[in-house]
Amino acid sequence: MIAIIDYGAGNLKNVKHALTLLNIDSYITGNPRELTQADGIILPGVGAFGEAMKRLREQGFVDEIVSQVNDGKPLLGICLGMQLLFDKSYEHGEHDGLGLIDGEIVRFSSREKVPHMGWNQLRLKQTTPLNDRVQDGDYVYFVHSYYARAKDENDILHETTYGDTFTSAVKRDHVMGMQYHPEKSSRVGMQLLKNFGEMVR
Amino acid sequence: MLAKRIVPCLDVQDGRVVKGKKFADIQDVADPVELGKRYSELGADELVFYDITASHEKRNIFLDVVERVAEEVHIPFTVGGGIRSVDDFRAVLNAGADKVSVNSAAVHNPSLIDEASVRFGNQCVVLSIDAKEENGEWYVFVKGGRENTGRTLLEWAIEGEKRGAGEIVLNVMDTDGVKEGYRSDVMAMLSERVNIPVVASGGAGKSEHFLDVLTQGQADAALAASVFHFNEIDITELKHYLYNHELPIRLG
Repeated sequence: MIAIIDYGAGNLKNVKHALTLLNIDSYITGNPRELTQADGIILPGVGAFGEAMKRLREQGFVDEIVSQVNDGKPLLGICLGMQLLFDKSYEHGEHDGLGLIDGEIVRFSSREKVPHMGWNQLRLKQTTPLNDRVQDGDYVYFVHSYYARAKDENDILHETTYGDTFTSAVKRDHVMGMQYHPEKSSRVGMQLLKNFGEMVR
Repeated sequence: MLAKRIVPCLDVQDGRVVKGKKFADIQDVADPVELGKRYSELGADELVFYDITASHEKRNIFLDVVERVAEEVHIPFTVGGGIRSVDDFRAVLNAGADKVSVNSAAVHNPSLIDEASVRFGNQCVVLSIDAKEENGEWYVFVKGGRENTGRTLLEWAIEGEKRGAGEIVLNVMDTDGVKEGYRSDVMAMLSERVNIPVVASGGAGKSEHFLDVLTQGQADAALAASVFHFNEIDITELKHYLYNHELPIRLG
């Protein structure tokens, strides 16, 4: 059973629809206490970093997420949810994140069109069941203007190039994050969600 | 590398896909969810669902379509048609749309772009522009191409970007439905002046037209309707064709 965190940031239903199609049970919750009974947690998100952290804090999610992760529970951040895993973001000022992955969130240089919107390719950086049936060069769907710069090379799961080469997915033990939208990435995205579901089981 | 996108557009009336006025005789209709799913399986990169339902009362039928698409199709999709307010944005986004396109309502009330982008993020605000050439200048038209707003295409596009639009769809009225190719010259002119993705619309007739507008026209994506609906162009074959011409294209 996977808990999808609802803190008022964006549409959560699409993630739930995708899990349902994969026969993975999930529920959407705005109550931190309801994370306890889950086998895994998904932190979604669309919008601005600072506002998202503020809401997570106000709803009491910040400490609970960290405590669940310390207990060994798998966590997957998607899009903004992945960025929130990091130490810090420079989106509209400077904001602290959850600090589960070392590194920071910075804006794309203006040489390229921003937002980075569309299908782009993955370069696999780790050997893990999370990458089962996913290959170098596979396309996934991105929509974002800021990107993650992981400090520790070993945390990088996927890399993508758009002007700069950036961290498009991370994995440190059972803490994972995907900058792209797996729920909108057709076959490859569904495979990645399925692999996450297998890890949670 | 960021892929060039192929985007089928589905006009939806009273909950069914309408395959274009020119073919009024057969008026063949289809379930938008089924058609969207099929296009997704063939390799479409995104979908656009455009509500052409005349009456406002039937809005809920369309929202129901949007919800079903979100449940069953796992590629991004844009919703347009009849979007006039931030509340309209909220309704279709809550139903599961990824992006919302605005056209004439934004011309009449440009601050709608600002409000929607602050509220929901630039990435989901698509500015759709109908343009026509008159006396060597490109103007923005409304009311299905009947009314010249007097505003130039470039001026409006640049303003739209400043106000927070995350993408521009340029529909060239003269070539729309004619199937003799996109206007790559005006696409390139626009693409060079804005720093957000540009989607070409109006004129697709054969694979070469897509190749031309995605290279010469510098478009990030190409939108088309009837050529796909009538199986004149197979999406899978089109994408292989573009791939073989060394464009960055997502296959499979």
